Amino acid sequence: MEAENLQLSLDAVSGSGHGLSPEQSAALRTSLLLLRRDMQLARVWLWGKILGVRGDYYIAQGVAGGEQLRARKAFYSLNCMDWCLLPPATNDLIAQAHVVTGRFIGDPSHEYEHVTQKKVDEGDAAYSEEVTTNIKEESRLVATIAMIDKEAAVVPRGAFVKNPVGEVQINHCFRGLAVNEAKKFSSYFHFTPTLNPTNKSLLEQADLNPALDFLNSLEHDVPKGSWSLQFEQGGSVLILRSLLWLGMTFYHLPLTPQHGYIYIGNGERNIDLPFMI
Amino acid sequence: MERESVSDMSEEPGTGPAPPDNRELQIRNAKAFLLQADKSGLSLYEHLSALLSRILSERPPNALESLAELSSELQWARMNRGLDALRTPKEDLQVYGKAEIQRTLFTNTSGEGEESEDVEMLESPLPNLLDLAHLIQQAGLNLGRDEAVRISLAMKRLVDAHPLQRCRFWGKILGTQGNYLVAEVQFREGEDDEAEEGGGPEEEEEEKADEEEDIPEEAEDLPPKSTYRPPPEIKREEYGTGANKYVYFVCTEAGAEWVRLPPVTPAQIIAARKIKRLFTGNPDAPVVTYPPFLGTEANLLRAQIARISAGTHVSPLSFYQFSEEEGEEEEEGGAKDTCEENPEFEGIPVTELADSLSNWVHHVQHILPQGRCVWVNTSTKSEEQEEEEEVEEEEKEEDDEPVPEVGPPLLTPLSEDAEIGLTPPWTVSLSSHLIPQYALAVLRSNLWPGAYTIASAKKFETIYIGWGVKYSPEGYSPPAPPPPQAEYPSGPEISEALDATIEEEQALKAAQEEAVAAAEEMEGEEEEEEEEDD
Repeated sequence: MEAENLQLSLDAVSGSGHGLSPEQSAALRTSLLLLRRDMQLARVWLWGKILGVRGDYYIAQGVAGGEQLRARKAFYSLNCMDWCLLPPATNDLIAQAHVVTGRFIGDPSHEYEHVTQKKVDEGDAAYSEEVTTNIKEESRLVATIAMIDKEAAVVPRGAFVKNPVGEVQINHCFRGLAVNEAKKFSSYFHFTPTLNPTNKSLLEQADLNPALDFLNSLEHDVPKGSWSLQFEQGGSVLILRSLLWLGMTFYHLPLTPQHGYIYIGNGERNIDLPFMI
Repeated sequence: MERESVSDMSEEPGTGPAPPDNRELQIRNAKAFLLQADKSGLSLYEHLSALLSRILSERPPNALESLAELSSELQWARMNRGLDALRTPKEDLQVYGKAEIQRTLFTNTSGEGEESEDVEMLESPLPNLLDLAHLIQQAGLNLGRDEAVRISLAMKRLVDAHPLQRCRFWGKILGTQGNYLVAEVQFREGEDDEAEEGGGPEEEEEEKADEEEDIPEEAEDLPPKSTYRPPPEIKREEYGTGANKYVYFVCTEAGAEWVRLPPVTPAQIIAARKIKRLFTGNPDAPVVTYPPFLGTEANLLRAQIARISAGTHVSPLSFYQFSEEEGEEEEEGGAKDTCEENPEFEGIPVTELADSLSNWVHHVQHILPQGRCVWVNTSTKSEEQEEEEEVEEEEKEEDDEPVPEVGPPLLTPLSEDAEIGLTPPWTVSLSSHLIPQYALAVLRSNLWPGAYTIASAKKFETIYIGWGVKYSPEGYSPPAPPPPQAEYPSGPEISEALDATIEEEQALKAAQEEAVAAAEEMEGEEEEEEEEDD
């Protein structure tokens, strides 16, 4: 959700009930501008808000150059004003933080203790030993953001193009999806480079444009029905809600280049989804 | 094009003197040239004649100047004239339809006089939704600027259509294909039409069920009767009490028809506790779950609303008080089930509200495990059942009277709420740290994500915007199916035994022989004794 038209975007996703108080949105407008200057970013957007038990994390992301997909930097703030850079998410970090469950606390230095049973073989005697690992909430935050980006970040087809060098750039010619197209899941892509390309049949590939269709569409997401697609506000705004990450809302105004997503939620994945649909 | 034609025309007379028959030929040639049709099937001759006839009929003052304009106008008109057989399909029917629905909200349909409206305005239970929207925006929630107006207008229609005493915007429940806007209302006493009718259909169903049971008895060769007897049904609470204290209306979007939700039954609440399910947005949709839920999505929605209300409707301490008269009467019963607004409430400073949870109390009754707010003893059986059970009861001792379930009393502070695993059930904060003088206290439920209460010093608002799903720290797993019924009585006659080995047989044989021998000896002894007696 671009920092420049934050108010407009928040109004578009207001159907989910979440938003920002006037004080917060005013503060964000100021601080995101300064963040862009200080970190020498080309573009900054508000990614969302993770609700903790004692405090909330505000998350922003930005890119420095033309590449929009891979070189994203994430920042967090507790008061909408002072931003801290988050370390990049590595696979180890994600795997480590995966074991932590429960709500976020709201304190980045809080340490979760995780006890695992580890089998130790010493000659004949094999016994299990308790290994305690400490996971900082900050790393859990990094992992959660990466997971949500991987599974629930959405862009409409055509909003980004891949140039011959392989850079993913904003498509300035994107004029929005037609209403008919906007009703189909195949018009929306996961905005993440980490997914494996699904094997498509030749028949499907024939219609694809390699400059536009370099991402995976939502069409074949598992489980089926893990997205809720609706037209809201009198049919003028298309809203996509992820049911896997409750709180993720994507909006797009058909026939305009306006699109974006925001996550405002607990930061917990809805693992009960198969029972709920 | 016409310039050419003009030049052609001007040239033609100047082609030189020619004999009259030759001249006629030239004119004919020129006309033939002008009559040549181009690709569109139109000739210059037609165009010029149409142009000239228009000039002559309209007689513009500056004909020469406007000649070019008129000519091009004529051509444009001709191009736009025909409609293509293949038209672009009409889109956006949905958008127009919705706009048409919303239009009805904005048109003032009530054609009553202004005087009567004035009277209504004073007594109207219509809530000030824009005020609510402003309050919740401070808490970081968003109803949408336009949407708040639309919901407000929709609620106005609801108030106009029913004799309501109290009306409140309860919140919004998100669904996969549509969302529900929920209004919580209370009818004026005695003016609710449907409350009395509500009992009718159920009784009929019971009668039907009885009839069905009777029929098979006439037939011969009965299949074995099931010995299963459903647990006694817990009666639902009367309208106006407990979980059915309020009536709820839902609509899928502002402007759509308000749908009245049926009253909730304890069985539905118990079933709703066991399942975890998202709403679809269609009140008539079936709820296919395990364990089964009796009823449609409207029933599930009503059950969840009752649970959410019971769990998250809180108010600042001493905003409500027990009504004194009833309190005295019901002291025997223990729990007081009503409270009223405290007229002497002086307000609690917001900073204190944000500091401690003990300044907040529940003002909606806790729902017991039984699914009701007020416990009833279900072990009192109806007459029929008693007859049937007489035999059984002789065999086993009468069950102990069940222990009444007791929940926390009304107006219990939140600080006594149970924790969810390790996380506290509530998060309380100030809406603004920069201007704490005018900040609001925001209370967020961690048990029901989406439930908020916002309080200023003297008033408070409670709202729920979420998926209608309770938070659980562990993953949900459906309960295991009950153990299957035993097909036959297990016993030594039926269960298969291992064949005896030879040693065992021999041992048995030996034992039997011994026993026979011993018996003979006994008999012998007895005979001897008898002989002795003789």
